[in-house]
Formats: sequence, C-alpha cells, structure tokens
Amino acid sequence: MPLIKGGAPVSCSRRFFADEETPPDPNDAIVSLGRLVAAGGDVFRSVRLMPADDPLALAPHIRRLDLIEIAFPGFRDGRGFSAAQLLRRRLGYTGELRAVGQVLRDQVFFMARSGFDAFLIDDPHAEEIVAAALSEFTVAYQSAADDTRTIWERRWNARPAHTRRDDR
Amino acid sequence: MYRYDEFDEALVRERAAQFRGQVARRLSGALKEDAFKPLRLMNGVYLQLHAYMLRVAIPYGQLDPAKLRQLAMIADRYDKGYGHFTTRQNIQYNWIRLADMPDVLDALADVEMHAIQTSGNCIRNVTSDHLAGAAADEIEDPRPWCEIIRQWSTLHPEFSFLPRKFKIAVTAAETDRAAVRVHDIGLHIRRNGDGEIGFEVIVGGGQGRTPHVGVTIRDWIAKAELLSYLEAIMRVYNRFGRRDNKYKARIKILVNELGPEAFAEAVDTEYAAQGVHEAVLLPQGEIDRITEYFASPDLPERPARSVTFEAARAADPALDRWARVNLRRHRTPGYTSAYISLKSQGEAPGDMTGDQMRVAADIAEQFGFGDIRVAHEQDLVLPHLAIDDLPEVHRRLRDAGLAASNAGLASDLIACPGLDYCNLSNARSISVGNAIQAVFEDPEFEERVGPLHINISGCINACGHHHVGHIGVLGVDKKGEEYYQITFGGRADEKAAIGDIIGPALKGDDVAPALRRVIAAYLDLRKGPGEKFIDAYTRLGPAPFKEALYAVD
Repeated sequence: MPLIKGGAPVSCSRRFFADEETPPDPNDAIVSLGRLVAAGGDVFRSVRLMPADDPLALAPHIRRLDLIEIAFPGFRDGRGFSAAQLLRRRLGYTGELRAVGQVLRDQVFFMARSGFDAFLIDDPHAEEIVAAALSEFTVAYQSAADDTRTIWERRWNARPAHTRRDDR
Repeated sequence: MYRYDEFDEALVRERAAQFRGQVARRLSGALKEDAFKPLRLMNGVYLQLHAYMLRVAIPYGQLDPAKLRQLAMIADRYDKGYGHFTTRQNIQYNWIRLADMPDVLDALADVEMHAIQTSGNCIRNVTSDHLAGAAADEIEDPRPWCEIIRQWSTLHPEFSFLPRKFKIAVTAAETDRAAVRVHDIGLHIRRNGDGEIGFEVIVGGGQGRTPHVGVTIRDWIAKAELLSYLEAIMRVYNRFGRRDNKYKARIKILVNELGPEAFAEAVDTEYAAQGVHEAVLLPQGEIDRITEYFASPDLPERPARSVTFEAARAADPALDRWARVNLRRHRTPGYTSAYISLKSQGEAPGDMTGDQMRVAADIAEQFGFGDIRVAHEQDLVLPHLAIDDLPEVHRRLRDAGLAASNAGLASDLIACPGLDYCNLSNARSISVGNAIQAVFEDPEFEERVGPLHINISGCINACGHHHVGHIGVLGVDKKGEEYYQITFGGRADEKAAIGDIIGPALKGDDVAPALRRVIAAYLDLRKGPGEKFIDAYTRLGPAPFKEALYAVD
C-alpha cells in the first residue's frame, strides 16, 4: 500500500504489532496506546491511535515518539482530526503523523490542515491523489495545525509573530 | 450587506471546481455512491424520492436583488420554475439533474453564493433574526458575527466529520426571532454588568426525535473570545459525542448524558488548556471590516405619518389588512419592515416561483434599499420600506400573488416538503397544511384568532419544527396509513418550550376539523382578544383543548 509523505512515495520498515504479538525490534514496531503506556516511556517510538484513544495520554512520551499513526476505521468518524490538532498544537509533536485506514481523497486536504504529513492510501495512484487533493484549495479561513496563511492573516497580516508555527 | 473579496471568491470558485470533479468521477463510475454520498451532502445535494435535491445556502437569510434574480434563473432554467424556502433560511430545488449541479454552483458563485455545508455532518448554515439591522429591540446587528462564524466554519478542517449535523443561530434582540434555544449552539448577544457587549452561549437545543431546549453554559463571553470558545465546544463534541447511534449523535444527547454542568466543565477545561498559539485570533481590523458591510442603509427622512398611505388604506380594505398583519416596527420613524408571505391558501408553504422572485427583487431594488431576508418561518422580509411607499409595494405584491395577509397568523404555517418530495417522510405535510389553512380562509376569523404558530413535519426528523409550534402536527405511519400526532404548547421564542403530546394520532382528514374545534374552544376560553392561544394554553393546561381535539362533531 503506497505511503505518501512530502508529496512522494516513501518506504517504511515499521509495522503494527497487535498486543499479543512480540516484535523482534521495538524500534520497528508500531504499537497500541495501551501497550506504549504500559511499557513505559523509553521502549517504543511509534504508536497507533484508535478513534476513542485520548491523544493527550501521549504527553509524557511525546519527545521520544517519531511516528504516530491515527486510524480512520471509517471515513465518517472524524475524531482523528481532533487528535491530530491536539498532538501538533497542544503537545507540540513534530514527528511523522500518518493517516491510516479509510483515507479518502477528499479528506486529505482537511487531514493536511489538521497536521497529518503522511497518508497511507490503498490505491496505486496514491501520489497523484494526494497531489490533486492538496492543490484544490489555495485559501482557508481558519488557523489550524499547518502553516497555511489564513485568509484573515492575508487580509490583515496582523497576526502576532508568536502564533506562527515556525516560531513555536 | 457583506460582499466577497478575492479570497471569499476564490474559495467558493475552488469549491465549485472541486465538486465538478467529484460529479465527473461519480458519473464516470470512478466514485461509488457510498463514497460520493458524504461529498455531495457537504455540497447540499440529496438524493430524494424523484430526483436529486440541491439546497443552496443563504447565510443568515440575507439576499439582495442580484442573488434573488439568480435564484429565479436557476428555478426557471434548471428546475420546474420554483424553489422552496426552508426553516434554515435556505432555498431548495427539487428537480435538478446531477449533471447540471456543477453549472448551478458556478451560477451561484457568480452572485457570491454557494451550497457549502448545507447538509452533511458539519457546521450548517448559520441563521439569525430576519429583522436584524431594522428591529427596534436589538442591542446591535447580529449579522457581522453570523458572517464571521460563516467564514470560521467554512471547510473547517477539524469539524467537517462531526458525529452529526450542527446548527448555530445568533440573535441580538430580547424577543428571540431566531429560535436560538432550539439550536445546537444558540448565541444571544447581550450586555454584561459593565455594559460591554458579548454573547450568552446556549448549547444542546434541538428538535428531531428527542427534542431539547438548550441550556446556558456561559452567561456572557467577550467577543474576542467567541471563536476560541466555539472551538472548545466543537472539539468536546467531536471527541466525545456519540457515534454508535445516529439518533443519539446530536450534541443535545451528549449535554444531556453528561449533564449540563459536566458538559460546561469539559468545555471550560478544553478552553483553559488552549495555548496562545491555538486561539482563533481574528484581527480587530477584520471585525471592523466585516461590520462595516452591515452599516444601516442611508435612510432619507420620510414622513412618520404618511398621508398617502393613510388615504390608500382607508380606501382599500385589503391594503389595510395587509398593513395591520404583515408590517413590523422599524427603528427609524417613517419606515417599516414587511413580510412577503409565502403561505397563500392552497400553495405549498415556502414555495416561490421564479417570476415571483423577480417581482420581489424589483421591489427591493426600487423601494427596499436592495435588502431582502428569508425568515425561518419560510417567508421573505423586506426590512427597510418607507411607509409612504407601501401602497405601491402592496399593489405590486398583490399582482404577483404575494400579498397574503397572514404573517404570524395561523395560516402562515411552517411545513416541511413531506412525503410529496422527501424520502425520509412518513406522511404528507403540504396537503394537511392546506387543509388547516382552509380553516382560516376567512381573514376576519383568522385575525380574530390572532398570533398562532402551526408547524407541520412529515416525520420525526422535525424539519417542520412541529415540537415548537403552538400547535404541532407530526406525520406518522400506521400500517401504511398516514396519521398525525398533535402537540400543544410548543414555542421557539425566548420562552422556548417543547410541545406536549396530547393523545392518539388522528387520520389525515380529521386533523383540520379537530383543530377547528380546538380554536373554537380557545376563542370561548380566552380572557379576551389580548390573550394569545399559547398564553391561554399555558394558563389552562391541556385538558380543555384535548377535549375539543377528540370531541365528535
């Protein structure tokens, strides 16, 4: 399944291990939130959040993590958008934030604005799909977890410097 | 009123282009109906009984002549010559071909309109007081904040896949004409103890199968904090609202299951945790820029007592009645606001033909400072008319079949499209509505009965607001037969209440005669012409009205 990051296909050696599986190398294992928390702060680097998981539970571990997957078991369940915003903006997470599951072309724009930078899409044309989805809109009103300059900023250029993402 | 700049325009154009692509993928088969559904829904496209329906957003009910003429053009060219105004101050077209939808969206964009978020599990069209900017009793114009909320909520990346649809209404008058207490979020613009203007925040109102009157979770919040606070409410709802059952997914259920205090606490906790960089900062210059668009039109001095008008109404009883019933007090002497009722006897409530839309647009342009509103009661309003011009305005409305003199009276009923159009519906709304209207065919009788809101829904989804009608009529299906359940005592104003179910449902043909008996009982029982139906019901309780409802003629 193609993984698109930074606009291009990338490969990833890590895979998800269910709680009953034993990963040979914890550095290559993506695990559940429960397992990550139970293992303590210095075992795993990658975690997968399900829609009902509390993203703020990652606060004590956030500095060690460099891959967080957020699962979308169905495209109608939008909890993952809030999880992404909380990870990026509340916890200041800077590693990879990957959308997995039912990732629809027409949600990719919202996902990118919510802070996702990687998309696992079950389609051979995933790269074109992401590129097309991200080029449909050149404007946005609200500030979010991405670095889009909002319409309100572009009209007024008045937003204080400390609110800019690159200054955080 | 608000005008798009290049950014607003770009977004609406890009959205129309995106939908053109989605429709093309659907028509080619690349997109299956299941995946297309949430996309078309977020552009207001429903698959109905006979055809696709398109719901066009009319933010806070605000129109101008160019917009209304374009709606007329769409009705004539792409539909069957009419459109249906809704309780969300929007307009629906029932007969548009899917292949034509992208062209319709382009035509809408030409007049700064769109169909964004008129359906789907997202923040819907924000609604408001249809007399905003004209009413004598408002503390300021609520429309700038409606427009700000429209912009903030448009394509919101975090809140476009909510557990369920989400409706926000704003009012700034003590008399609530926007039904803010039966919305997911109601915002009531108020002064605090220091005289500063801000918002009372009401959450968890709603209709549908479990109606609730909203509860106040903040008595007052400053304008500068509003959008950040709304984000906190939305995030709590998005994260914790139920998703296991579509019928329990609205925010009212979450508020109710947690309890209002615990819900308010969850919102306050989320709000307090927001870092500076998470706040929604709207530059003051932007607030000022948007507010300026809603400055009152320059109203030249006109006679407060118009000799022309007084002479005309003395000579024409129809004008006299229309003026008595359909006018509302304006804040400026010499001016008035007028209802264009879309509830003529025997017509589908809220329907308007393309020709009628053009007449209304012309009147608004010539006499009404280009301002036209859609009221949630499914009527149009001309908010600024000189009293001196009323005879001519009335003549033109009458010639177009738009001078029904029933605003706020019994035959000005709210009704959803019902089983004639809607695939959710259990029963027809239009025909039972017409039968009820016929009870009040004699205008003198109708005026004697006085203010009375009769609201009809064809199913429990309550698009016809039956829960908050003084008299509510709900269509139910009983083994394939259409029955109607009657409620009394609902209201959508500042004393919002959910109507009481009175007893077993009635057969369609029995509804109008039963309500005729109820009205006769009310006329008998009321203290005097000043006691409205709703007040008499509140004083006396259901018993005498129930007896009349089920009496045998």
